[in-house]
Amino acid sequence: MNTIRRRALNQPSPIWTALTLTILAFIALVVVFPFIWMVLTSFKPEAQIAQYPPKLLPEILTLDNYVSVWSRIPFARLLLNSIIMAGGVTVISLFLDSMAAYALSRLNFPGRDVIFIIILIALMLPFQVMFIPLFVVVHDFGLLDSYSGLIVPRATNAFGIFLLRQFFMTLPKELDEAARIDGASEFGIYWKIILPLSGPAITTLAIFHFMYNWNDFLWPLLITSSTEMRTLPTGLALFVGQHVVEYGVVMAGGVLTLLPLLLAFLFAQRYFIEGIAMSGIKD
Amino acid sequence: MTAAHRWEKLGLRRLGGRSHGTQQQTVAAMMFLAPSLIILAVFVFWPIMQSINLSLHNWRFGEDVQEFVGFSNYLKMWNDPRFWNAFGNTVYFTAFFVPLGIAIPLGLALLLNMALPFRTLFRAAIFLPVIASFAIMALTWRFLLDPDIGLLVYWIGFLGLPKFSPLRDPNWAMPAVIVVSLWKNVGFNMVIYIAGLQAVPAVLYEAARIDNASRWTQFWAITWPQLKSTNVFVVVISIIGAFQVFDPVFVLTPNGGPLFTTETLVSFIYRQGITQFNLSYAAAVGLILFLIVLALTLFQMWLTRTGHQ
Repeated sequence: MNTIRRRALNQPSPIWTALTLTILAFIALVVVFPFIWMVLTSFKPEAQIAQYPPKLLPEILTLDNYVSVWSRIPFARLLLNSIIMAGGVTVISLFLDSMAAYALSRLNFPGRDVIFIIILIALMLPFQVMFIPLFVVVHDFGLLDSYSGLIVPRATNAFGIFLLRQFFMTLPKELDEAARIDGASEFGIYWKIILPLSGPAITTLAIFHFMYNWNDFLWPLLITSSTEMRTLPTGLALFVGQHVVEYGVVMAGGVLTLLPLLLAFLFAQRYFIEGIAMSGIKD
Repeated sequence: MTAAHRWEKLGLRRLGGRSHGTQQQTVAAMMFLAPSLIILAVFVFWPIMQSINLSLHNWRFGEDVQEFVGFSNYLKMWNDPRFWNAFGNTVYFTAFFVPLGIAIPLGLALLLNMALPFRTLFRAAIFLPVIASFAIMALTWRFLLDPDIGLLVYWIGFLGLPKFSPLRDPNWAMPAVIVVSLWKNVGFNMVIYIAGLQAVPAVLYEAARIDNASRWTQFWAITWPQLKSTNVFVVVISIIGAFQVFDPVFVLTPNGGPLFTTETLVSFIYRQGITQFNLSYAAAVGLILFLIVLALTLFQMWLTRTGHQ
C-alpha cells in the first residue's frame, strides 16, 4: 500500500505503529511495575528482602510470608472486618439506593423534584471536608469502633440513587402501569419488575460500592480505634507504622487484599469501566 | 442551554409545576424514600450544620456545656503558620497533579482510542492502579523508595545520580507524592477521556479526511473542541480531588513528612482533629476547605452552563 493511499484511508504507517506500541508497552510496564514488585516480594524470604543491594527477582521462592501473615498480623480478623464493612455497605446501599431511585423515577408525588435536588446537593458534598463533624456525630451515637459505625453512615449513597434513577427512567412506563392495573403493590413492582430489568446498572453500582469500601482508608481509620476493628488497608498501613517493617508479610497481605478485586476485574472489566465512564458523563 | 432545558435533561418538570400523584403513590414514595433521606439527613446534612457549631466552640467530648469562643478558631487559623504551610502544600500538589493528570491521560486516551494491537491489554494495565487500594499501593511505593533497601533508590544510584531518598528529602517528598498520585489516577481520567473521544461523531473526521486535514489539525479543529465538556469535568474533579488528597500523604510520609513539607489540608485537619483532639479548630479548617470545594463545584456548573450556549 503506498503512502498516499494509506493517508487517504488514515491508516498509520507500520513504523509509526511499532513506535507507538513500544512506547505504550513501556508505559504499561512502568504502571504495572509496583504490582510485580509486590507479588515478587511476597514470595521472597525476609532475609533477601532486607539485603542490600536489592534484587528484583527472588533467589528462593517461599510461601513463608503467606503463612506468617495470619499470625504476625491479625489478618483473618482484618479480612473479616473488610468483608463485613464492604459487603454490608454494598448490600444495604444497593437496596436503599434502588428503593429511593424507584420512588424518584416511577412514582408521582408532590415534592419529588425538591427531594431529587436535595439528593443532587448531597452528591456534591465531599466526605473529606466534613469528616470531623461526622466523627462527632458517630461518637454521639456511641457507634465509634463498631460495625454499625462503619456501615450505617454509608447505608445510602447519593451517587447510587442518582445513577439508578437515571437508569430506571429509561424503562418503559407501561410496565408498572400494567402491573398496577393488575393490582400489584408498589414494592412488588419494584422488586419483581424494575430490579430484574436493571441487572447491568445494579452490577455496575455493586462493583463501585464494593471497590470503594474495600479499598477505603480514611473512613475506617477515623471510625475504628482498636486493632480488632481495623479493615485490611488501615490494618496493614498501621502495622507498617508501628513495627520494624516486615515488608514480606505486608506485601503478602497486600496481594491477598488485591486478589478479589483483581479477579472481579478480569471477569467483569466492563462494569468497572462503565461505572467510571458514567460518573464522567453524569453532567 | 437554558435552565429549563437542563431540568428537562435531568428528567425534571420545571420547578413550580405541581405533580399530581395518587395518595396511594405518595404514601408508597415516602416509605421508599424514608430510609435514604433519614441517613442523608443525619450523616450528611446534619454534620455540615454541626461543623459551623463546632467551629464556634471549644468542643470537648463528654462536657454538658461547650465553651463558646466565637470566631477565635478562624483567627487562630489566619495566624497559624502550620495552616498556611498545609494550604501552600495543597496548592503545590494541585498545581502539578491537575495539569499532568490531564495531559498524560489525554495522550494515552488518544493513542488507545486508535485501532492498535493489544489495545485492550494496554488499557487494562494502565487502569489497574484504579482498582487497587491506594493505602496498600502507597505501602509498596514506600518500600520501593525506602532509603536503605528500596529498589528505585538503588536504581537511581545505579544511573550515576547522587544517591538520595525522596521520602526523607524536604525538596523531593512532595514530588514523590505527586508521582505516586498520578500513577494511581491516570487510568481513571484515561477512561473518562476514551468515553469522551468515542462520543465525538465519526462524520466530523470523515469530512476532515476528505479535506486532507493532518492529524494535528484534526485534533485542534475537531477533537479538542468536542472534548470541551469532558475537559471541564476532568479539570474540576481533579482539582476537587487534589484539594482533598490524604491517603498517599499519610502512608508515604507519615507525620507531615520531612519538615512538614507534605502536610496537606486534609492531613492537617486529621492531625488537629483526630490525633490532637482540637475538634473545633479542625472543624473550622474543614469548613474553609468545604467553601473552597463548593466554590469550585459552582464554578464547574457555571462553566458547563455557558459551555452549552
